[in-house]
Amino acid sequence: MNINIASYCRLTNHKLEVNDIDIQIQKTEASSLNDIYRHLNLSYPKFFKMDNLSKAGFLASELLLKNIIIDKETPKKDMAIVLMNRSASLDNDRTYQTTIQDENNFFPSPSVFVYTLSNIVNGEIAIRNKIMGESSFYISENFSPEKIYSAVMNTFSDPNINQVICGWVDYEFNECDVLLLLIRKENQEKIPFNVNNIYHLYT
Amino acid sequence: MIYQWSNNIISSLGFTTEENYTAVKQGNTGLKYYKNPFDFPEDAMLSLIDDEHLNNAFSSINTKQKTAYTRFEKAAILSVYKALEKTNIDVKSKKVVFILSTTKGNVELLDKKESEFYEAERVYLWRSAQLITSFFDNPNEAIIVSNACISGAAAQITALRLLQQKIYDFAIVIGADVLSKFIISGFQSFKSLSVDICKPFDKNRCGLNLGEAAATIIYSSIENNRPLLSNNIVLLNGAIANDANHISGPSRTGDGLSIAIEKTLQNTNIQDIALINAHGTATPYNDDMESMGITANQLENIPINSLKGFLGHTLGAAGVLETILSGVALLDNMLLKSNGSENPETICPLNIVLNNQNSFKTHFLKLLSGFGGCNAAILLKKT
Repeated sequence: MNINIASYCRLTNHKLEVNDIDIQIQKTEASSLNDIYRHLNLSYPKFFKMDNLSKAGFLASELLLKNIIIDKETPKKDMAIVLMNRSASLDNDRTYQTTIQDENNFFPSPSVFVYTLSNIVNGEIAIRNKIMGESSFYISENFSPEKIYSAVMNTFSDPNINQVICGWVDYEFNECDVLLLLIRKENQEKIPFNVNNIYHLYT
Repeated sequence: MIYQWSNNIISSLGFTTEENYTAVKQGNTGLKYYKNPFDFPEDAMLSLIDDEHLNNAFSSINTKQKTAYTRFEKAAILSVYKALEKTNIDVKSKKVVFILSTTKGNVELLDKKESEFYEAERVYLWRSAQLITSFFDNPNEAIIVSNACISGAAAQITALRLLQQKIYDFAIVIGADVLSKFIISGFQSFKSLSVDICKPFDKNRCGLNLGEAAATIIYSSIENNRPLLSNNIVLLNGAIANDANHISGPSRTGDGLSIAIEKTLQNTNIQDIALINAHGTATPYNDDMESMGITANQLENIPINSLKGFLGHTLGAAGVLETILSGVALLDNMLLKSNGSENPETICPLNIVLNNQNSFKTHFLKLLSGFGGCNAAILLKKT
C-alpha cells in the first residue's frame, strides 16, 4: 500500500494553484476569498457566515476535492482532517474583542464567538463533505512539513483511516496562507506523501 | 499502552492532585458566585484559581527567570513543576516532550488594558509554549493541540502515539485554560451559562459553569517501577470522530461520539469498565447527545458521572483534569458522585452516580465533545 498525495491546493493572496494548474480569478477590491467563492459557482450560503480562516480552509477544500470522485452526502468514517497553523483563530479573536472592548458598546455576538476556535474550520470542511473520522488542529510557530507529516502518519495509525485532508491553514492581518493536501492509501504509486513533497508544494 | 508516572492539578480546590481529590471526594465544589468577574457586566458562577495563592506559589519556584509570566503561563508551569517534583525525570533530556492542550491561552491580552506588560507575540499559543519549555530547559519544541473542548483527550492520544513509536521516553501533557471577559462573554452570548451550580444529566439542567485549571499528566512508554500511590494508571487507547453536523450545536444523534467510543473500546470487555467519566457540561443538548452516543454502544448501565459540578468546564484543561481525578478515584476503589445531578433525565436513560460508591473494576472511559463537532474517547485502566 502506498501513501500518496492524491490532490493539493495552494491558496495565498497572490496565488491559487490546484494540482499544478494555476487558476486566475477576476478579483474585485472587496475580498478575494469571496471572489473565489463566486468563481467556483458554489451555492453554499453558510460560506458568508464564516470567518476568514474558515473561508480560506473551506475554499481550498472545495478546490482540493473538485476533481476527486467523492460523494458529499455519504458519511465517511475513513476520512480524517488534520490541520495546523501559526495564529490559531486570532484573526477572528481580534474581531470578537472589538465587540466587548467598550463597556458602553458591549455587544458580544455568538456568531462571531463560535469562530474563536481554530478547529471550527475542520468542522466546516467536515460538515460540507460528511467527514466523520478524526479531526485535529495543531499550532506551530512556522510552517513545518515535518510536523504535518508526523501528525498525518499518526492519524493513519488508526487502521480504519484511509484518507486524510491535511495541511497548513493560516489567516491573519489579511494574509492568507493555505496548503491543503488530500492524502490517500492507494495501491498505485503516485506522488508519495513525504516531507520533501509537502515542502515542494508549499514553496 | 503508556504509563502515568505523575500528575498534578492546579484549580480552585487546591494546587495538588491530593487536595483536589480529597475536596471532590468530600463533595466540596470549587464553584462560586462572582459579581462582575473580569469586568464582565453580569454575575457568573465560576471556578477560579486564586490569584494570590498562584502568585505566591509561583514566586517560590521561579528563582532564576526574569520573564513576566501571565496567569495562564504561571498556572501551567506550576502544574508541570509539581508533577515533575514527584519524579526523578530529567526534563532537560531530548527524550522528553511537552504537549500543551489549550483553547485560548493568553487571549485576554487582546484587551488593550491587559496587554501593556507583554510583547505582542504573547497572544500566540506557540509563544506561551516556548516560555513553558524554556522554563524547564527542555530542548524540544512543544506540540500544541488546540481542538476546542476535546483538546485534553486529543493531547493524551498524541502522547500515546508518540510514546508507542518510541520517539520520546516521556510526554508531559499539560491541559490549561484561564478565564477572561473574552471567554465568559462568549459563552454568555450563547446563553449556555447557568447562574447556579450546573446540574449534569439532570432533568432541570440549564447550562454550564466555566472554570479555570492547569493539569499535568506525565506519561511514559516505560513502566514505572516505583510508582507513587496515584501513578498506577495506564492509557490504553483513544479515538476522535467528527459529527459533521453543526459547528456549535451538539449532534442530535450522538453519531460522532458513538464512533469515537466504538473505536476506543475495540477488544475491550465491557464488564471491566467501572465508570464512564462523561463530558457532562449540563447544557440540555450536550447531555442528551452523550446519552445517545453511550446507549448506541450498549454502555447505558455502566455508572456515569460528570465532574463539572465540582470544577466547572475547564475547556482545554478538562480532559487532563478529569482523567486525573477519575484515575485517582479508581485507585481508591471509588466512583465519585456527579455533583449537581439530582433527578437524572436524558433522552436515553443513564446510570448516573448520585452518591460516592465503591467499585473494584479496573477500567474507565473518559468522554469529551466540543465545538467544531469534535468528539473524543479515551480508555484507561489501573494496573
